[in-house]
Amino acid sequence: MNSQELKTKIESFGIEITFPEEESQFLTLIVNPNQLHQLAKQLKENIDTSFDYMFCQTGIDWLENMEVVYHLRSTSKEHEVVVRTQITDRENPTLDSVYDLWKTADFHEREIFDLLGIRFNNHPDLRRIFLDDDWEGYPLRKDYVDEINIVEL
Amino acid sequence: MSTEVVNKIKEQEYFINMGPQHPSTHGVLRLLLSLDGETIKSVEPHLGYIHRSIEKMCEKDTYKMIVHLTDRMDYLSCHMNNEAVCLAVEKGIELEVSDRVKVIRTIMSELTRLSSHQLWWGVMGMDLGAITSFLYGFRDREMITDIFEETCGARLTMNYNVPGGVMFDIPDNFQTKVKEFITYFRKKLPEYDDLLSNNVIFKARTKGVGILSKEDAISYGVTGPSGRASGFSCDIRKKNPYSAYDRVNFKEILYSEGDCFARYKARIDEMWESMSIIEQLIDNIPEGCARETTRAVIKLPKGEFYQTVETARGEFGVYIISDGKKSPYRLKFRSPGFSTLNALNTMAKGCKIADLVAIMSTIDLVIPDIDR
Repeated sequence: MNSQELKTKIESFGIEITFPEEESQFLTLIVNPNQLHQLAKQLKENIDTSFDYMFCQTGIDWLENMEVVYHLRSTSKEHEVVVRTQITDRENPTLDSVYDLWKTADFHEREIFDLLGIRFNNHPDLRRIFLDDDWEGYPLRKDYVDEINIVEL
Repeated sequence: MSTEVVNKIKEQEYFINMGPQHPSTHGVLRLLLSLDGETIKSVEPHLGYIHRSIEKMCEKDTYKMIVHLTDRMDYLSCHMNNEAVCLAVEKGIELEVSDRVKVIRTIMSELTRLSSHQLWWGVMGMDLGAITSFLYGFRDREMITDIFEETCGARLTMNYNVPGGVMFDIPDNFQTKVKEFITYFRKKLPEYDDLLSNNVIFKARTKGVGILSKEDAISYGVTGPSGRASGFSCDIRKKNPYSAYDRVNFKEILYSEGDCFARYKARIDEMWESMSIIEQLIDNIPEGCARETTRAVIKLPKGEFYQTVETARGEFGVYIISDGKKSPYRLKFRSPGFSTLNALNTMAKGCKIADLVAIMSTIDLVIPDIDR
């Protein structure tokens, strides 16, 4: 499916989605965090979209909010889409896990939790993945203060 | 001991730490095995022993500096990692590199893939108790590292790619040396089959062991030869051709069994394909500029740039989020090993401990690539 057909199809899901105006490499959808799982499920299970492979999941700290970006690809239809969702609560960001749809989310969500502090509901085993359990703070956050900063020369 | 006590011990599962300093983990990876007798009930990887937070470092570095950090992730696919960042940056500044650079990059990528697979083949044999294969693998790999050394001065972390092209033009004897190597290795690769592929003990240890279904491979995002051994068609060189891959003919290796032997065969077959790609290009390196001049400090426009390449271990992605400054606002590396390791538990469940060693070596992990 080309991106115009894909766009029409996704609009017909009946989920509130906005499409950003800037040109980008992939078709991008912005969705509310509380509807994210619903959209993800539709994207995966609908026969016309069938996004069965999540090749990247990224967390971003925008200072006023947190964002999670999902890069999805369909192995049968060979099209790609990017889903973005912004969480306004920066103190205690939570989002539904997509582990039940794409198992690769297991490690990716643990990584995002570890480095950015976003909690994922219904994740089977949400623990820090790289850092120690008693590590304070989330290093990839922009306001993280590292007392022994070996990067900053 | 009374029978009651014996029965109680029998029922209890117990735990063993494999690693962080186990020879078959090829780096500092700790696997917590939950066992019933010698049968594995679950495998839980513990990561982070060499986590350097390269993504955080990148937020302070300029784009030219970032290229150097990517070598230190998957050091056996360093050339492809460099290429991914360079392609993403070139996409951002809308720079089209010359055909010469595209062809050189492709040849070097395939040489890197060959050297990575040779090393993998050697250590895989050693993991399973065959020292000879280790010596064979390293003997043949030496020729490639010599070519690398002559081309860019380094044997392992090459840093040959820069945004805009390659660091130096290829030396005069590059083509002769590469052709010599291909002629040599075409004779040597059948020896690999004689030593391991047709070996009865080797087959017994790998056939039907550590099966990963196609659905699981897609769901876990297991890419590269490991994914293709399960029938997941995921070769970026075919799906999303970059550099000169659109002008060469090669086969995407696909197997359907998904066991250790299929993963092994996929890599062996890939070596033949890599040699064929190099042969198609080596005599037709077009003339042109080997390095476009770029600004000393590259600034990408505001926006997002995603680039994937096929490394020796699978799909490697670079996701740059730029706010128009000299360093990225956020940079994410999608490393193939990270997703592959996620599927280890599915593959190893129900196997014996010795089988886990076979599984670990056929998924070909490089730990710095996982820990980043």
